[in-house]
Amino acid sequence: MTIIKTTYNRRSFLKSTALAGGGMMLGFSWFVSCKPSPEQVSNMPREWFEINGFLKIGENGMVTIMSPNPEIGQNVKTSMPMIVAEELDADWKKVIVEQAPLNTSIFTRQLAGGSQSIRQGWDGLRMAGATARQMLVAAAARAWEVPAEEITTDNGTLHHKNSGKSAGYGEMASAATEIPVPEEVKLKDSKDFKIIGTSRKNVDGKKIVTGKPLYGLDYHKEGMLIAMIAHPPAFGLKLKSVDDAEAKAMPGIKDVLTIKTYKDDYVRSMFDADAFQELVVVVGNTTWEVMNAKKALKLEWEPFKGYEEAFKTYSGDDTFSKKMPGGLENTGVHMEKMDKFPAKQLKVARKDGDPEAAFKKAAKVIERSYTAPFLAHNTMEPMNFFAHVTEDKAELAGPVQTPEFMEQSVAARIGLPLDKIDIQMTRQGGGFGRRLYGHFVVEAAVISQEIKAPVKLIYTREDDMTFGNYRPSYHATYRAALDADNKLIAFHVRAGGIPESPLFANRFPAGAIDNYLAESWEMESNITVGAFRAPRSNFIAGVEQAFLDEVAETMEKDPIDFRLELLKRATSDPVGENNDYDASRYAGVLELVREKSNWKTENNTGVHRGVSAYFCHNSYVANVLEMVMKNNKPEVRKVYCAVDCGIVVNPIAAINLVEGGTVDGIGHAMYSQLTFKDGKPEQRNFDRYRLIRHEEAPKAIEVHFVESDEHPSGLGEPPFPPIMGALANALYKATGQRHYHQPFIAEKPVIG
Amino acid sequence: MTNFNLTINGKTRQVDVDPSTPMLWVLRDHLGLVGTKFGCGIAQCGACTIHLDEMAVRSCQIPVSAVGEKKITTIEGLSEEGDHPVQKAWLEQDVPQCGYCQAGQIMTAAALLKENPHPTDEEIETAMNGNICRCGTYTRIKAAVKAASDS
Ligand code: FES
Ligand code: FES
Repeated sequence: MTIIKTTYNRRSFLKSTALAGGGMMLGFSWFVSCKPSPEQVSNMPREWFEINGFLKIGENGMVTIMSPNPEIGQNVKTSMPMIVAEELDADWKKVIVEQAPLNTSIFTRQLAGGSQSIRQGWDGLRMAGATARQMLVAAAARAWEVPAEEITTDNGTLHHKNSGKSAGYGEMASAATEIPVPEEVKLKDSKDFKIIGTSRKNVDGKKIVTGKPLYGLDYHKEGMLIAMIAHPPAFGLKLKSVDDAEAKAMPGIKDVLTIKTYKDDYVRSMFDADAFQELVVVVGNTTWEVMNAKKALKLEWEPFKGYEEAFKTYSGDDTFSKKMPGGLENTGVHMEKMDKFPAKQLKVARKDGDPEAAFKKAAKVIERSYTAPFLAHNTMEPMNFFAHVTEDKAELAGPVQTPEFMEQSVAARIGLPLDKIDIQMTRQGGGFGRRLYGHFVVEAAVISQEIKAPVKLIYTREDDMTFGNYRPSYHATYRAALDADNKLIAFHVRAGGIPESPLFANRFPAGAIDNYLAESWEMESNITVGAFRAPRSNFIAGVEQAFLDEVAETMEKDPIDFRLELLKRATSDPVGENNDYDASRYAGVLELVREKSNWKTENNTGVHRGVSAYFCHNSYVANVLEMVMKNNKPEVRKVYCAVDCGIVVNPIAAINLVEGGTVDGIGHAMYSQLTFKDGKPEQRNFDRYRLIRHEEAPKAIEVHFVESDEHPSGLGEPPFPPIMGALANALYKATGQRHYHQPFIAEKPVIG
Repeated sequence: MTNFNLTINGKTRQVDVDPSTPMLWVLRDHLGLVGTKFGCGIAQCGACTIHLDEMAVRSCQIPVSAVGEKKITTIEGLSEEGDHPVQKAWLEQDVPQCGYCQAGQIMTAAALLKENPHPTDEEIETAMNGNICRCGTYTRIKAAVKAASDS
């Protein structure tokens, strides 16, 4: 245990708090300054006592809680500290949240991905709070000479009933640091939660609405230069020649250089994926000057022949090689090839019963094919990173979802040991999976090392949208066999993509149908892809749910009843092994959404409804979407969401996340696509790449959580995939036409 | 390079920049006012919205030389204490997810309410349509604009 003497820390703390209006974030010298209010000054403790890596308590009872994980808009910076505060029995009003430094020996998994922050952080966060609480209790027991078991805590205060003694946490904080760390701690029963399950506002809210520097793009350091990159305009091209004479002579320009992001013999982690090996960099004083000089570069490109790249697996134990084929690809050709993928090359991913025989004897076979385009993540804050690399250390700061992996990538590239590399996490203007791939972190470090100066690398929107790491383009064909009694006897899914397949062979309806076949295929490409909010699910959920809707219709069944019947079968007598979902929780969200949306009511009001349900990232979501036709255009009037994600930590933020996922799903299925001509993305900015806008969003979204005592599970991703199915199904009711190809509405208006 | 005297958030500020420099970068790079965000640079996303006199404009499209005597207000100057009715409504509804678009959303909303203190739903949608929120907080944005218009 250490006592932190606060002379230095307190001063920097005061300074940051002044910017913040409550809650410090990063100890940088931002160049916005304002004076702390007298109230803020008087609230500051004179001394902080570090109880453990997650929290410190001031002598006046203020508590600082570290938020370990990258904040990309999923609200972990509020909800993770809430879990610590709960077990500490802290007074939330006295809690200050700080973004933790990268230190995985204390904070374990500091990664934003897979909707796992809360799920995997849960036990450790509770333990951190409970341990500190127990040490405060032990300190009070010692001071008051009473048994620890007789001491209770509440809202940042310790009480001993028999003696009538009580003390704030601040009074015992110093003594608590002398207490040995207990070997065991008691965690609360969920029924005793006072903070978890209650709505707490975003801890950065005030800073966001007043425009305080929070994001990587806002980062500033004295003497910092601005850098921008130029990468090949098409996938399949590489740099041939650079004429930088004009650019170099432009005002404010310091240098133009060519860099390789990785060393030639480097074995990449899965988060090092990138499409372009060599980049041209312009460095100068200000963003506008650099942007203009970039336009003055005369660059020539040439096609590359195919090559192989070495990768290591997630655990790092194994390596494999990935092929990057040559060629300039076209969306039209992609679509044709996907449609005609040779049956011989299909891989059987799961087979139950005898699907071939069942299809042969079927009275009716329904077969439908679905497609979806490549998508760019388009985080609102474009890729950027700050780096200052000197001979003996590297300081980096900015938005990245995988700081731990990037520390290793930077170390390998610039030749410094890990302990000389410091990556600070800023708030991030969106992630969606894009910032898992931190090539821009390494690029910033290389540029800084080369030009020997602190530098902030900034991508323009065009650089960002055309850099790859996209959601793959997908295709799926579904078949259902019905017998003469209109009963479903076999099910077949054949799904693939460029360059990855979206198939989850063991998910619903696997396990609910006797004869089941799932086949998968992949087609190589030099257009690079990466995880995009709910990878694979973000296609397969919607199309599977749209197909089931058609099957139910053919069988003349209510679509919810039809799904519930299948789930009943999967619960009582599951088919096959390894079914990757809990059928009763699945049914639970469907039943909840049926109830909340009044699904049964007859509707002749011109409101058209579609339903869907899906399981991913350990959570279950069902949707009912209501659509009306207005001036011949579909309008989403209302969406009902039923969600089972176990215990909900912070309802107001959880609801926000479900609303956002719903809007996001409707938006991408309806409007977004990235197409290619000769390897070149045809959409480079928001004039041609269409994202959902305010007037296209649902007029209302109602979110209902299943009451639960289960361990919390994912929430960032699960609300995104299923809504695409509900949308397609409602669109059919509204227009009389099934929509098989995303985006459903593909015109491109220009709004300015 | 040319010298410009600008009135920003009630103060006179001097910058020596190329006349073609968009206000967005004058604010961010030269004046340290980074609340105004860069999203697209082509007037499509609204992240860079500021007020020129009373009007909401895209600062990525306004060269510094076009500002003249007009008064500029940025998110930092919308209110002294962060208590403009729109900011208060934003906090009350807990609107932000990543938060990156929200300064622009707030500036557009504040200009709308100044011109039209009690907009209908449709008027809100039309006014806010140029501001993209990639996180999809549109329903909350609308609720916050309505709450601010009631206050
Ligand atoms: S940055 Fe100006 S509108 Fe997008
Ligand atoms: S809150 Fe993230 S873009 Fe709007």
